[in-house]
Amino acid sequence: MVDMTLQNGPRGPKPKRAFTRANIFIYGTLLLVSVYYLLPLYVMIVTSLKGMPEIRMGNVFGPPMEVTFEPWVKAWSQACTGINCDGLSRGFWNSVNILIPSVILSIGIASVNGYALSNWKFKGSEVFFTILIIGAFIPYQTMLYPIVILLREIGLMGELSGLVLVHTVFGMPILTLLFRNYFASVPEELFKAARVDGAGFWRIYFQIMLPMALPIFVVAIILQVTGIWNDFLFGVIYTKPSTYPMTVQLNNIVNSVQGVKEYNVNMAATLLTGLVPLVIYFASGKLFVRGIAAGAVKG
Amino acid sequence: MTYSVEIKELQLNFGAVNVLQNLDLNIHEGEFLVLLGSSGCGKSTLLNCIAGLLEVSDGQIFIKGRNVTWAEPSERGIGMVFQSYALYPQMTVRGNLSFGLKNARLPKAEIEQRVARAASILQIEPLLDRKPGALSGGQRQRVAIGRALVRDVDVFLFDEPLSNLDAKLRVDLRVELKRLHNQLQNTMIYVTHDQIEAMTLADRIAVMKGGKIMQLGSPDEIYNRPRNLYVADFIGSPSMNFLHGELVGGQFKVDDMVMPMTGYEFTSPQVADRPAVIGIRPEHVVTGELAQKAPLQFDVDVDLVEPMGSDTLIYAKLGQHPFRIRMDGQARVKSGEVLPIGIDPSRASLFDKATEDRL
Repeated sequence: MVDMTLQNGPRGPKPKRAFTRANIFIYGTLLLVSVYYLLPLYVMIVTSLKGMPEIRMGNVFGPPMEVTFEPWVKAWSQACTGINCDGLSRGFWNSVNILIPSVILSIGIASVNGYALSNWKFKGSEVFFTILIIGAFIPYQTMLYPIVILLREIGLMGELSGLVLVHTVFGMPILTLLFRNYFASVPEELFKAARVDGAGFWRIYFQIMLPMALPIFVVAIILQVTGIWNDFLFGVIYTKPSTYPMTVQLNNIVNSVQGVKEYNVNMAATLLTGLVPLVIYFASGKLFVRGIAAGAVKG
Repeated sequence: MTYSVEIKELQLNFGAVNVLQNLDLNIHEGEFLVLLGSSGCGKSTLLNCIAGLLEVSDGQIFIKGRNVTWAEPSERGIGMVFQSYALYPQMTVRGNLSFGLKNARLPKAEIEQRVARAASILQIEPLLDRKPGALSGGQRQRVAIGRALVRDVDVFLFDEPLSNLDAKLRVDLRVELKRLHNQLQNTMIYVTHDQIEAMTLADRIAVMKGGKIMQLGSPDEIYNRPRNLYVADFIGSPSMNFLHGELVGGQFKVDDMVMPMTGYEFTSPQVADRPAVIGIRPEHVVTGELAQKAPLQFDVDVDLVEPMGSDTLIYAKLGQHPFRIRMDGQARVKSGEVLPIGIDPSRASLFDKATEDRL
């Protein structure tokens, strides 16, 4: 009777049951929340593929009876904003022209800032950093008008380059913080070894630090691309109709009060505008999370 | 005679904290000098100052007779090996070794030749095209040494290079380092908190505390004739036994025990009576038959016995005072026993209780 326990007792891996109460609760909640978030996206997609007559019939959730891509074409190349009737394409290229130099400039400068602040500490570098960080906490709205004056004085008001400057400046605090914290987590001895090896400021930056900082660069690019692409406030204030970024143009299309509301075109235009950040998130979701976690270590 | 490295009145302050205080140190050509001390004593700081990675507050540093106080690290003729290896992770071993040479704009053929030479000395030729991530700890440290080696420098600086290795590897690399020094005959300055490393490697040891050098001397001097109480306590494991008493007419008295200091070499011929501390190393205490022949004989009460394989460590009481004795690994002693011991005063150390200096 004594060895009964060993022969008949539990042995090996513990069996797992799929339908426990906890599992049902967890997956049920997840399902519910995803439906809640995905339903509007579904409505947008099906509406953008319907013709206006079908939309007027009022079946919002029904799939399109007749799939048409005409609203997408119209949104891209024919929709009118003010006197321009060349669709969102103009805004798209404006946004691209704003995005690329802004991202390159802001990340380029901020990474050097972060590198200098963590490795080449100079007198007052901590004060400089503190001031920069305080900049991140000041509401943008307080600075809108002063920047209007500034841009007007230097002749960049309404120009794409003016908006690039604004995006670069406003990206600086958070990006510098991100890079400084990342470089602070790089062992100091590595930096010392490079100095003993005769490398200077730029050589250490380009040959030692930069190759090690790729994850944080990806994070910074994601942050900046989505942030600048989604920006509406700066775009509407510091540009003029011919240089409006895509978000502003989308607003003008969707909120136009003249004529018939073309819901399918509006939906297509919105989806087109949201495509860039969406692609970025889908392509780099995992890296993004990892980078945020990496940037968070060590103050 | 010119020294390889001369440090004159070196001072370093971090804000109001004096990390190094008026430090003077001369290091001979080809010498292996170990800076030894517990953490925070300024040994790594001193090394960083010699390397030029920290700016000094005052004083001068000479390397090979040249004043390098204001020189860049790469201009000083030094190579440095760090505790965490500090290999450039994105470069291959070859890239790591040649990085400094490329910065110095050496011709390609010369670079290749130097890398090959260093790799053959350190036996890392098969690893040249690997990245540091694919190397073991010992291999990484060898590459780090190689990086200093290729630069063909006068002075090697080591900042606790073996501390990140496991115990067995540490012993192996320690032997290799000593062999390397015999082979290269370069000046080496080596920072460690491990006294075994210090004793085995050094030509001379500088024991540091609070930014000052407490004693500079050969391992033998440091071990047998510690200049003050701190050095005596720091060196040796298990550490020295200290008994606080009085020095009266050449005899050391503690409680009712009297120890005539016959054979002890006083630092000055006339030593006045004063409160004093005697230091006796656990391994200098003899037992058994030898105890009966020793100049001083006592009985101790055994408290606790720690067998360690090669040795047996006895925690005992000499009168009221705790007393450690190191015996042979075969020693059969039980706690509660009374153990006769013998002490040779010529091997003891005597310190002034007030100044803590050797008498």
